[in-house]
Amino acid sequence: MGNVPSTVKHCLSSEQLLLDYPWLKSWLLEKKEIVPTEVKIQLINMLSGTGLSVIEATSFVSSKWVPQMADHSDVLRGIQRAPHVRYPVLTPNLQGFQDAVAAGASEVAVFGSASETFSQKNINCSIDESMVRFEDVINSALEKHIPVRGYVSCVLGCPHEGYIEPAKVAEVARRLYELGCYEISLGDTIGVGTPGSTSKMLQSVVKEVPPQALAVHCHDTYGQALANILTALQMGVSVVDSAVAGLGGCPYAQGSSGNVSTEDVLYMLHGMGIETGVSLPKVIEAGEFICTALHRRTNSKVAQAQSVKF
Amino acid sequence: IDSQCISPVLSDVAAIDTTTHGYPECVKIVEVGPRDGLQNEKEIVPTEVKIQLINMLSGTGLSVIEATSFVSSKWVPQMADHSDVLRGIQRAPHVRYPVLTPNLQGFQDAVAAGASEVAVFGSASETFSQKNINCSIDESMVRFEDVINSALEKHIPVRGYVSCVLGCPHEGYIEPAKVAEVARRLYELGCYEISLGDTIGVGTPGSTSKMLQSVVKEVPPQALAVHCHDTYGQALANILTALQMGVSVVDSAVAGLGGCPYAQGSSGNVSTEDVLYMLHGMGIETGVSLPKVIEAGEFICTALHRRTNSKVAQAQSVKF
Repeated sequence: MGNVPSTVKHCLSSEQLLLDYPWLKSWLLEKKEIVPTEVKIQLINMLSGTGLSVIEATSFVSSKWVPQMADHSDVLRGIQRAPHVRYPVLTPNLQGFQDAVAAGASEVAVFGSASETFSQKNINCSIDESMVRFEDVINSALEKHIPVRGYVSCVLGCPHEGYIEPAKVAEVARRLYELGCYEISLGDTIGVGTPGSTSKMLQSVVKEVPPQALAVHCHDTYGQALANILTALQMGVSVVDSAVAGLGGCPYAQGSSGNVSTEDVLYMLHGMGIETGVSLPKVIEAGEFICTALHRRTNSKVAQAQSVKF
Repeated sequence: IDSQCISPVLSDVAAIDTTTHGYPECVKIVEVGPRDGLQNEKEIVPTEVKIQLINMLSGTGLSVIEATSFVSSKWVPQMADHSDVLRGIQRAPHVRYPVLTPNLQGFQDAVAAGASEVAVFGSASETFSQKNINCSIDESMVRFEDVINSALEKHIPVRGYVSCVLGCPHEGYIEPAKVAEVARRLYELGCYEISLGDTIGVGTPGSTSKMLQSVVKEVPPQALAVHCHDTYGQALANILTALQMGVSVVDSAVAGLGGCPYAQGSSGNVSTEDVLYMLHGMGIETGVSLPKVIEAGEFICTALHRRTNSKVAQAQSVKF
């Protein structure tokens, strides 16, 4: 069954990546919309009724860093958990993990990087140091039989370092997998990848991690996401991350898009006869809800076309 | 994870090699922005702006730029200045400037204005043909035959378009066999290349693959082009699929000009910039300079007072 997680957390916390750009942070502070807890809960509840089997709910990161996720415990406790749906939460360290468990988390995720510089700027430590932190989280999680998903960012390029060696991506993915992550999501953080670089990167990674344990998390900043996802599918990957309405811009290209839209991904997969178990009309509905709440247009071309066609 | 869920992908998409695909080494881009793009823009563009756009595109490395359409200005006011545009552009060596010629009158006007390549525009959908050019597919073929014969007498090459290849706004699903039949008829009449258009952008890699499997039985892949619309965001994935099946000519429009007349506010043509970004990232030669196309796109968007539809252009213009 093609698993299509919807990264609700990710799409609402792009501010996390802006800490190093004070001017952008102030712009954002002027403009940013902290989404009320009840709106987040309603969004997740709507997504729970679409057939999605994985919905990333929130992030147990310090509210000092990511104010948007300050209500993490309230969100996790407030949602109506549907049977057959999992609600992973991000837990960057042991403290976050413990808070997540206290709030009822039954699946967690850790977020590593293939770029040394990005790791330093994003989570204030080297890749090696981050692995030590993750090992603590993963060991604690596995003791409690809580599955852990691993993310690798910058797999096709870094905003600071530029080109990232596929072998480096493979190494970081392998380390997370060996630490005990059941699945590794490979993120094209700045959306610069193409079918060419996606293919090269995956050729390296699959030597270290089996394709069945891989996911792709493509950003659509350069319009390449669906082509990259198609390439990944053709190479044996069958898990795709996406965000309803394509929420979450790109902090590295102001005004540009970030996450690929769940609606557009579903349209493609269904058109190819691939089962997802997800209802596209219901996802479009959830997208309309959150865009109205955020006073913004959807980034999904499918949703746009469906809303106006005659 | 059940890896068997991949099987439908493998059976739907031809030429499967899970590590590398056979991609063409070179792809020819047919730039349709000045014609197909502007034709679908609401604002009437002054002649001098059209000329400047085409001149800028002529310096990008593009080898084919569809310049205008010799259709009655009653039907398409945007193209009323067709002769002035064709006469006014600075033709670059190694660049061809095809023009649309829906009928013999249009063809004769085009020749008088200096056209050296023309195009005819058929449909895989009977209803769309009726509503779009006021005649059946069979009747349109008679018209095209006149144009093509006259063109070939003058050694003027003719390109054939087939619209609605992956769906029709009126009829819905279109049989791949029908697309193949129309493509074959245009090819047999003498068109050197057949551009297959997903007019309403509803296609996916699944339907693109099925349609091409039918068409390549009638027309060799080297004589095919894909003209994908991005209304549902599927264009690049569909183009990728077509490349995997041996197609090496791609139509696109600078800045993704031209909305979709069937889904108001939605996008139409795929952006040349986004296509180039993908192809270059795959190591495929196009001969086209992406920065120069972005520049031409910025020019026309400023002139049209609109944002680009190209994600590459958007990202490049703001990144730090």
